[in-house]
Amino acid sequence: MTDDRVIAREDLDALFDALHRCGYTVVGPTVRDSTIRLAEIAGTRDLPAGVTDEQEAGRYRLAQREDAALFGFNLGPDSLKRWQLPPDRTVWRARRKPDGELTDFSTDARSGPAGMPDRIAYIGARACELHARAILERVLLGGNHPDPELRERADALIVIAVQCGEAGPTCFCASMGAGPKVTSGYDILLTELLDADHHVFIAATGSVRGEELLAEVPTRRAGSEELAAARATPARAAEQIQRKLDADWVKELLYAHLEHPEWESVAQRCLTCGNCTMVCPTCFCTSVEDVTDLTGEQVERRQQWDSCFAVDHSYMHGGGPARQSARSRYRQWMTHKLASWDDQFGTSGCVGCGRCITWCPVGIDITEEAQAIGAVTHGPARATPAKED
Amino acid sequence: MDEGPGAVSPPTLAVWKFSSCDGCQLTLLHCEDELLQVAGRVRIAEFLEATSASVEGPYDVSLVEGSVTTPHEADRIREIRAQSRVLVAIGACATAGGIQALRNFADVAEFTRLVYATPDYISTLATSTPISAHVKVDLELRGCPIDRDQLLEAISALLAHRRPRLRAHSVCIECKRRGTPCLLVGGGVPCLGPVTAAGCGALCPSYGRGCFGCFGPQETPNPEPLIEAVGWGSDEAVRALRTFNAAAPAFRHASEAAAARGRIGGRR
Repeated sequence: MTDDRVIAREDLDALFDALHRCGYTVVGPTVRDSTIRLAEIAGTRDLPAGVTDEQEAGRYRLAQREDAALFGFNLGPDSLKRWQLPPDRTVWRARRKPDGELTDFSTDARSGPAGMPDRIAYIGARACELHARAILERVLLGGNHPDPELRERADALIVIAVQCGEAGPTCFCASMGAGPKVTSGYDILLTELLDADHHVFIAATGSVRGEELLAEVPTRRAGSEELAAARATPARAAEQIQRKLDADWVKELLYAHLEHPEWESVAQRCLTCGNCTMVCPTCFCTSVEDVTDLTGEQVERRQQWDSCFAVDHSYMHGGGPARQSARSRYRQWMTHKLASWDDQFGTSGCVGCGRCITWCPVGIDITEEAQAIGAVTHGPARATPAKED
Repeated sequence: MDEGPGAVSPPTLAVWKFSSCDGCQLTLLHCEDELLQVAGRVRIAEFLEATSASVEGPYDVSLVEGSVTTPHEADRIREIRAQSRVLVAIGACATAGGIQALRNFADVAEFTRLVYATPDYISTLATSTPISAHVKVDLELRGCPIDRDQLLEAISALLAHRRPRLRAHSVCIECKRRGTPCLLVGGGVPCLGPVTAAGCGALCPSYGRGCFGCFGPQETPNPEPLIEAVGWGSDEAVRALRTFNAAAPAFRHASEAAAARGRIGGRR
């Protein structure tokens, strides 16, 4: 919107301060339990300074960088989904009177296990995250009866995006048209520039809220060299991307190969643990159950993240679970993500973030599965070992 | 149980012990705050860990702890079943045979010769078996010990005549819900979570320990690729799978396959 500005590294905390003054809880990447998690952070001191992540199929480790980059890593297991659709929440609660009638009905529950704040500013969103946010928002709020609580969460969200300068080995956002370059969907977009004596963030704004926020942070105009370096940043990440998936053809190819032997092959390896669906930033399935307490007087309707890899997920009254085999469950997940999602919601359900590849305990790779089924028609063959050490 | 809330006669609850350590019964006593509520909603007819008072059957709900390891126990569980409207097997012993099912892989007569001065006095079965191997079980609560919240959920559901929320998907789903990073992928920590049934709330991983599999196999377990991913050799895989639920079919088959691999290829 306005001209790009430059925020010095030491002035970036002013952005946190501005967000805090506006009543926002800032959520961003931070190192916890040897993993870069998304959590409430107070300022730049909580960011993973000088830390990077090494990812492969079924493997994730942190490592020290040689520089002090604040965003010099790719993605952890968490996505914005945790805030868009909390993993465990009470939809409503009520009390039963002795005559059996429900009273004190309340939808003002907002009681996720972590006591999740409802006004958050998310700092550090990458291009794939922004695409995933839009896809999940379409699913959750695009119907005729959007959940008002989730609507409020979505409307209140402020996004401080960060341009990727490096791609991880499990990234394939370019194939899905979801990155690595951030083009929209942010209030403020930061590009981190770092060399021996120079650590700054080029800041662009994408909304009025973003402009108002940036006005509260000390900035200067960006020089032409800095602007060129910022433009080169996502291009550098794009060159590093190794994995590919042919998004134009994958839908028709999966539909044409529902009985392909690869489904049985992947079922031999698949643990049906559901990790891929849990870390996926767009997988939205939940179970909804009513719970009573011991007295039988308090009742709650609870919604929890669920997975199409759980047998009960396809349970149908009178018929039992529709998808009993691992083969049918993996096929359901992959074909929904890459094919029927498009029929249902008008986009792919995949943004190529690679989390399902990294966090699969046995390193099953959705791009390799697509390749095995014949979906990838071009691109260099990869020869990456599934697991080192 | 057929009486609704406010009925004059509360349902009777009996707690029975078979071959076990009493830990699952203690989980009921550990409910502390809720225990008075439980005591207010049911009439405790039999619960030796809590009271020596005893009421004759029949019972509306029987919680059965422990496995069947003696001929006497095999008879007794049939009597209890006949006296119980709803029978709930609680814990790894009652649902899979427990740690004592390690005898299933060995010669019990040899054990008794080694342990007892006069083995002739010992009347024991060759195997430790779950309650469901002997009588119809209406509900199973897994774990060593069982999970307090699952127990309260089961009792609440039985009192309200609704289906309890008990899921047998992997522990991983619980780890992800509570936001525990994957120990296996993120740190190479051996973890049985992907093949183990949920219900504990992913307790051990939240303290940085890999899942020990005390809730037994998840609904569609696939241990072989996990053993390979963790990098367990034959002996390590056998030890990991033969703990609390050694005789649960999926774990037993996987440990026997791992043991066979060890015999063929030596220690991997």
